[in-house]
Amino acid sequence: MSKELLKINDLKVSFFTPAGEVKAVNGVSYTLEPGKVLGIVGESGSGKSVSSYSIMGLIDKPGKMVGGSITFDGKDVSAMKKAERQNFSGNEVAMIFQDPMTCLNPVFTIGNQIAESLYHKYGKISKEEIKKRSIELLSLVGINEPEKRLSQYPHEFSGGMRQRAMIAMALAGAPKLLIADEPTTALDVTIQAQILELLKDIQKKTGMAIVLITHDLGIVADMADDVIVMYGGKIVEQGTVYSIFHNPCHPYTKGLIRSLPDLNRKGEKLVPIKGNPIDLLNLPKGCAFAPRCENCLKVCINHMPAEHVGEDGHRTACWLYDRRANNNAEVKKNG
Amino acid sequence: MAKETGTSAEDKKVLIEVNNLKQYFNIRNNLGEKASVKAVDDVTFNIYKGETLGLVGESGSGKTTLGRSILRVYDPTSGQIKFSGVDITKFQKGKLLPYRKKMQYIFQDPYASLDPRMTVSDIVGEALDIHKLATSKKDRADKIRELLKLVGLNTEHSSRYPHEFSGGQRQRIGIARAIAVEPEFIVCDEPVSALDVSIRAQIINTLEEMQERLNLTYLFISHDLGVVRHTCDRVGVMYLGHIVELVESEELYRNPLHPYTQALLTAIPEPDPEIAKKRNRIILKGEIPSPVNPPSGCKFRTRCPYAKDICAKQVPEFKDYGNGHYVACHFTGKL
Repeated sequence: MSKELLKINDLKVSFFTPAGEVKAVNGVSYTLEPGKVLGIVGESGSGKSVSSYSIMGLIDKPGKMVGGSITFDGKDVSAMKKAERQNFSGNEVAMIFQDPMTCLNPVFTIGNQIAESLYHKYGKISKEEIKKRSIELLSLVGINEPEKRLSQYPHEFSGGMRQRAMIAMALAGAPKLLIADEPTTALDVTIQAQILELLKDIQKKTGMAIVLITHDLGIVADMADDVIVMYGGKIVEQGTVYSIFHNPCHPYTKGLIRSLPDLNRKGEKLVPIKGNPIDLLNLPKGCAFAPRCENCLKVCINHMPAEHVGEDGHRTACWLYDRRANNNAEVKKNG
Repeated sequence: MAKETGTSAEDKKVLIEVNNLKQYFNIRNNLGEKASVKAVDDVTFNIYKGETLGLVGESGSGKTTLGRSILRVYDPTSGQIKFSGVDITKFQKGKLLPYRKKMQYIFQDPYASLDPRMTVSDIVGEALDIHKLATSKKDRADKIRELLKLVGLNTEHSSRYPHEFSGGQRQRIGIARAIAVEPEFIVCDEPVSALDVSIRAQIINTLEEMQERLNLTYLFISHDLGVVRHTCDRVGVMYLGHIVELVESEELYRNPLHPYTQALLTAIPEPDPEIAKKRNRIILKGEIPSPVNPPSGCKFRTRCPYAKDICAKQVPEFKDYGNGHYVACHFTGKL
């Protein structure tokens, strides 16, 4: 295995709300190699965004990182001081968000906002240099007439163009890792296809790693090298994109893939996952997916499953793959 | 849904007939001059009894406006809408009321479409009250209970408020409200787009069950081509107020004739890494133009890879190219 770029170990993030502690991320560990694309899939409330926000130090009150460590390129991110952190965010890791309109400042021109990223990276830099680099960045992300576009405001851009501008800002610091949080969810399919091609293209050119957070399995299949599936603040399954899609092990992953409409099964009923999304305030004692799982065993209700490591590092957190549980397997019927 | 296809159009009963429907909205542009948004521009098609007709397209293509125009939420600018042979285009309040009962709407956002200050039984019961469908208080309560059971909600929850439910359950309340008045036709406007992936299949199955039991006809509006492929018998593809292609859904996915449909189909994220990583996407240039100033001639020509001179001069005719495969393109069959 080559050198790892990002290593997250037993990360725990909680939000302390009046209603109680919400364990948004509850013990997540993974590593990412340079130049790889990692897809993180999960539904709302699974902790997929929060786990990535903590890399950027974007967890704000009432949220708090309560345990674990984040190491980036050998540096401990979680222990960074404010000044260090400022230098780190944007230059080492950059992020793009779901809704490009709310992330761009409406009262500054696009040129202004890109310049800000460039100042942040290079400190002393001449105006001509900034203009030259900004134009380069805008052309890189496929915006026509970049010179004219620099002096325009975000409201003069369409949704797809705004996302391109966001990507240009993120690239200004030449980061080693780009975190893309649902980058195309707010866009139309044809524009989504444009942005995904752009991300692939840039990734090829710059060799940066990408953490791609999405709920769309189709996007993950297209973009990712490795996949993490999250549920209830935990990783339930991780592996290469091929092993996750062709040989899903965890009942949740299986359920997700099975619930998608399939051309070959047209006319048949879809097979949904039963039940409702979990309530993070009242996490079950055992496996978070147990109340919805059709293969739920007695042990699942009260005990957290251990991770089972299969071929090519395919990991599954499920009792079904644990010998201890299977020795006296007793399938509990789920009402 | 997706019943026996292949029967000729003639022996199906037409429920809704739309002829040359135009729906413009008057606005003022940046300079304060009067202008009109041509949201739906000269659309002609039929909806057959018992079928599910899908409408796909990007945002701003006019699919929602078309659905709402058919329900007479708006007064159409010109054209004709017939329900079971009766021209309802010009009907107003009292005359329209019996047709309101026959046509219902399921909204995209289950959070915004339920009044937060009404209990579930009031939300569902309101429809019964307006159309005077309950003979007594007990009858009303019985009917509500039956409806909730039908859509898969716990009948004990009828005195709860919408905020106490998850997104999927709220969408079920929306469905119960729509079927309360025993309609014949329902416009489902992106009914699963706001829901988590694991919940979508549940709601689609519920919609299909309702259709079977109550013999409903659906107009299914969605931008998710995978869901449309699963649920719809026929699909219409909209672009900038026009329907550019309309055909049985199997045929649309097997043999798309309009260049826009072809691009749209390759833009769908494919949840299989084997296919997703190898296929060639048709990436459309640019974005959907403004419906205030649509391009002359064929509206798709500004993004079309095959556009020629004739496309700018002449609006392509929307005609049948055999077996009810309607296309509006000058070069159908010649590409």
